[in-house]
Amino acid sequence: MKKFPLAGVDSESRRRLLLGAAGVGALAALGAGRARAAPAGSTAALGLAELPDGTLAEQLLYALPGKVPLWKKSFRPPNFETPVQYFRTVITPNNAFFVRWHLAGIPEVKATDWTLTIGGESAEREIKLDLADMKKHFKPAEITAVLQCSGNRRGLFQPHVAGVEWGVGAMGNAVWRGVRLKDLLAKAGVKSSAIEAVLNGTDHPPLEQTPDFVKSIPIDVALNEDTLIAFEMNGKPLPHWNGGPARLIVPGWTGTYWVKQISTITLVSKPESNFWMKAAYRVPRGKYKMRHFESQLGSPNEPITTMVVNSLVTSIQSGVRIPRGKPIPVKGIAWDSGAGIDRVEVSTDYGATWRKAKLGKDLGRFSFREFDLELPTRENGALIVMARATSKSGETQTEQLVFNPAGYHHNVIQRIYVEVV
Amino acid sequence: MRTTAISALLGALVFVAAGGAMAQEDKIVLKDGPGKDKAMQCTICHSLDYIPMNSRFMDKAHWTAEANKMIKVFGAPIPLSDVDAISTYLAQNYGVGTTK
Repeated sequence: MKKFPLAGVDSESRRRLLLGAAGVGALAALGAGRARAAPAGSTAALGLAELPDGTLAEQLLYALPGKVPLWKKSFRPPNFETPVQYFRTVITPNNAFFVRWHLAGIPEVKATDWTLTIGGESAEREIKLDLADMKKHFKPAEITAVLQCSGNRRGLFQPHVAGVEWGVGAMGNAVWRGVRLKDLLAKAGVKSSAIEAVLNGTDHPPLEQTPDFVKSIPIDVALNEDTLIAFEMNGKPLPHWNGGPARLIVPGWTGTYWVKQISTITLVSKPESNFWMKAAYRVPRGKYKMRHFESQLGSPNEPITTMVVNSLVTSIQSGVRIPRGKPIPVKGIAWDSGAGIDRVEVSTDYGATWRKAKLGKDLGRFSFREFDLELPTRENGALIVMARATSKSGETQTEQLVFNPAGYHHNVIQRIYVEVV
Repeated sequence: MRTTAISALLGALVFVAAGGAMAQEDKIVLKDGPGKDKAMQCTICHSLDYIPMNSRFMDKAHWTAEANKMIKVFGAPIPLSDVDAISTYLAQNYGVGTTK
C-alpha cells in the first residue's frame, strides 16, 4: 500500500503550494480558522472563501413556521439557507430544507384549491387538473433528487457579486413524489411545433409592473420521464415554503427551473422571452460544461441549465484539532447533474496524491451520494484536507473559481485546515 | 401617497404569508445618513436586509446600477431623480471601504 504522508511537507513548500493552489483569500481564511473561532455561518470555516462581511453580520438563525432555525438571508421575499449540520444525513429533512423566493407575493394555496392548467398554441387542447385528478388518473412516480439553487455559494465569489449571498446550503436532497409531466402532457397532446414548456406559479410580484417569475424548459426535458409534478416531499405533503401544494421537479437542472406552486404550463413554438429567461440566470456562453438550452442560446451568454459536479465535507471544519493516533473523519456528500458520482478522493498533500473515499448507498443518479474516509494520523503537525468529487462522465471539481458575473456554478474544492496534536 | 398605499398593501400580503417574519423585518435598521429616507423606498418590494447582506463590496457606480435595475427592470415606483441620493447613501454606508 502506498505510504500516505500527512505532515510531510515542509512549511515553505506548504506556503508556496497554498498560494498557488488556493490563492490569497483561502490562505487568509485558513489563517483565520487557525487563529480564532470563525463567526457562525462562516464559509471560511469550511475551507472555502468567506462570505461578505456584511452578510456575516446581517444573517441570523430564524425559524419560519414549520421550519427549524435556518440562516436568514432576507425576510421579504423569504430566502433561508440550510445550516451545514443538516447535510450529515443523505436526505435533507423537510423542516430544514432551504427556502428561496424571488418575489414577495406568496399566497398560501390550499391543496384542495390548487389546479394546474396545461395548454398553449402547441398543445392539442387545454386541460385543467386538480390534486384529486392527478392521484386518481395518473400513475404515481417518485425520484430522489438534489434541488440546488443556481446561486448556491454565490457569497464565496471573489470578487463578491451582488445577489442573495448564499453560503453552501441553498440546496437539499429529497424524495419527490407526484406524477410524470409527460403523462400530463400526453393528455393535453403535444404538437410537433412545441419547442418549450413555459412554467408559471401562483406566486406573484409585489407590483404589477414587476416581471412575474416565469421560466421555460426545452420540450424534450418536459417530456423526460424524470421530470415530475411533485406534491409530496420525503413522504409528506410538499411544504408551503418549498412550493406546495405542487412544484416542478427537473432532476439535474438547477433550482430556477423547479417552479414552485406551479399553476400553468404553456406549450409554445417560440422561445420564452421574459426577463427571467433572457436577462437573468445566464452564464457566459460555452464557459461551463453543461447541457445547452438550444432555443435560448444568445450572445455572449446562455441560460444556466444543469448542475456542475460538487461535494461538501460535513464532518470537520477548519481549525479542528485531532489527537495524534486518532483518525481524521472525512465524511460528506457529493452530487452532479445525473451522470452519477464515480468517486470522491481526498488529498492531504495539496493535490499531489489522492485517496479514494468509500461511497455510501446509491440512492439514484440524481441524489446526494455519501462518502467516508478515515485518515490515520501518525505525526504532529498541520495539514490541509481536500476532497474532490468526480462524476461518471469524468467531470470534476475546480481548483480555482471559474468566475461569472451572476455567481453561479461554484464548485471549488474545499481546503480544510487540520492540526494533529 | 401611492408609495405608502403600496407599502401598506404589501405589508398586509406578506403578513399573511410570512407571519412572524414581518415583525422581524421591522427590526432591520439602516445606518443614519443623508439619503436614508430615499433608500427606505426599497421596502416597497423587499426587506432592507438585502442592503447590508450585499455589503461591503460595491462602489457608487455599482450601487447606481443596482438602483437603476430596480426601477427600470423591476418597475420600482421610485423617481429616477432619487437614484443619485440613494446610491450615494448606499456607497457611503454600505460600500467598499466603509466601516461596519
